[in-house]
Amino acid sequence: MTPIAGDAVMTRPSAGALGLATIPFAAMCFSVALWDRVQPMVLGLFWLTLWIVLTPCCMWGVYRLESARNRARDHDS
Amino acid sequence: MTPAAAALTVMAAIVAVGTAVGFLAGARRRMDLEQWSVGGRGFGTVLVFLLMAGEVYTTFAFLGVSGWAYSRGGPALYALAYLTLAYVMAFFFLPPLWEVGRRHGMQTQPDFFSTVYRKPYLAGFVCVVGILAFVPYLQLQLAGIGIIVSVASFGHIGRITAMSVGTLLVVAFVFAHGVRAVASVSVVKDFLMLLVAIVIGVGIPLAHFGGIGAMFAALARTRPAHLVMPGATTNLGHSWYISTVILTSCGFYMWPHAFAATFTAKSADTLRRNAVVLPIYSLTLALMFFAGFAVVLILPNLREGDLGLLTVAAQTFPPWFLGVIGGAGALTAMVPAAILLLTAATLFAKNLYRPLFAPGMSDDGVARLARAMVIVLGATSLGLAIHGASTLVSLLLTGYAMVTQCFPGVVLGLYWGRVTGTGVFIGMAVGVLIAVLLMSTHLDPLVGLNAGFVALCINFAVTIAASLATRTDAAVTLPGLT
Repeated sequence: MTPIAGDAVMTRPSAGALGLATIPFAAMCFSVALWDRVQPMVLGLFWLTLWIVLTPCCMWGVYRLESARNRARDHDS
Repeated sequence: MTPAAAALTVMAAIVAVGTAVGFLAGARRRMDLEQWSVGGRGFGTVLVFLLMAGEVYTTFAFLGVSGWAYSRGGPALYALAYLTLAYVMAFFFLPPLWEVGRRHGMQTQPDFFSTVYRKPYLAGFVCVVGILAFVPYLQLQLAGIGIIVSVASFGHIGRITAMSVGTLLVVAFVFAHGVRAVASVSVVKDFLMLLVAIVIGVGIPLAHFGGIGAMFAALARTRPAHLVMPGATTNLGHSWYISTVILTSCGFYMWPHAFAATFTAKSADTLRRNAVVLPIYSLTLALMFFAGFAVVLILPNLREGDLGLLTVAAQTFPPWFLGVIGGAGALTAMVPAAILLLTAATLFAKNLYRPLFAPGMSDDGVARLARAMVIVLGATSLGLAIHGASTLVSLLLTGYAMVTQCFPGVVLGLYWGRVTGTGVFIGMAVGVLIAVLLMSTHLDPLVGLNAGFVALCINFAVTIAASLATRTDAAVTLPGLT
């Protein structure tokens, strides 16, 4: 059995990128007990809707971080 | 013109236009297997966006979400979170997956498993799990067509007739033009769906309560418990929410069709850009929540929650607009159904039948068999949809519990050099078995956790332990990843 050689694909994402990507998870998933309430104004629904918009902002940051890294690596090789 | 005739005419016209676009789409291209199944691997950001959006915003988003917001209340919020977070996950593992796929000419999910792990039985198993998980998902779409058309025709067209005609149209355009047809119909469908979501989500609260704020004020006064978890259920609380969001956001790209859509992209960067932008699309889901919650106040005693949105729409809007809703809704069910059929048929022919029964089969032979399977699978799922009875969201969650069991094999295969094919197979088999056992014995949720999530955790643990125990047949490293 031979390994699949030459598959230089992608290094693991940077800590900064992963950290930034954790923010939407914290906001929309793990913190449910904090925002799942009726007042003010069905907070759960509005909180999640807000984060649907904020998540692409976080991911745009991740994209910038990662593509800078990808460029630097391409430059090295 | 009677209201039913007006609604039906508009609806039929929309479905006809959508279907025609599908037929025209690939008309000038030769349909070999690569073109039929992954569009020649040449889709840019826009087409991939449409294809991926086309597969996500299904009957589930259209009727299922509002249905659950109506019948379950708070727990339905999981849908908003998972559809956003799934793209956060996708940002990290789709680009490397695409890269591996391009290098090895992968078209399907089992292709990935057979290339990375070199275990034909593992690829076969993944294939079977994928096809089985599709059953409830396809059933969801067809049941949706039945509901939409029968309500929008004021009961003049029965559900069974509607489901049959819908299935026939889907089978026809998939049969003829494969994935390009599907991506093109998505354009029509997405535009209509957006329009309809805005009109419904804003219009229903406005017409019945004078505004969205007024509606929520009324709800908070009369049904406050419905707006938070566990809502109208007894056991779907916060731990269920967290476990379900994790399960479904991990599982989102484990659906064989979503997995395969990755390979249609022109570059890895196409996928990254899509992952950044796609969450915005989930905003339409929030509008469906407005509508679902409105129905709670307007028609509090419906027997079937999935019918709520359309029943209220029929009372609120003129018949021709009900026709627009029906047409958009029917396409919203037909496009994903087409993708599911296309994928399941390709999986069966290419990854199950050929390796097991006809190793010498040519690619053209596989393409012919896949097309024949489109018909067989279409008929089978139609039969199941006619006899099944379950809420649309429950059907989807059943599929998720199964299909997410592929997740450890994919992520560990991309990022962990020590994982072995044997380990993945054992972990996955245990995961699928536990998920099926818990769900069939009504132990879902188990101690407050989604049964599929429990199975996924055990799957991960078993995969890692079994991989370490079977290190001798390792050699699945993808250098550069670790």
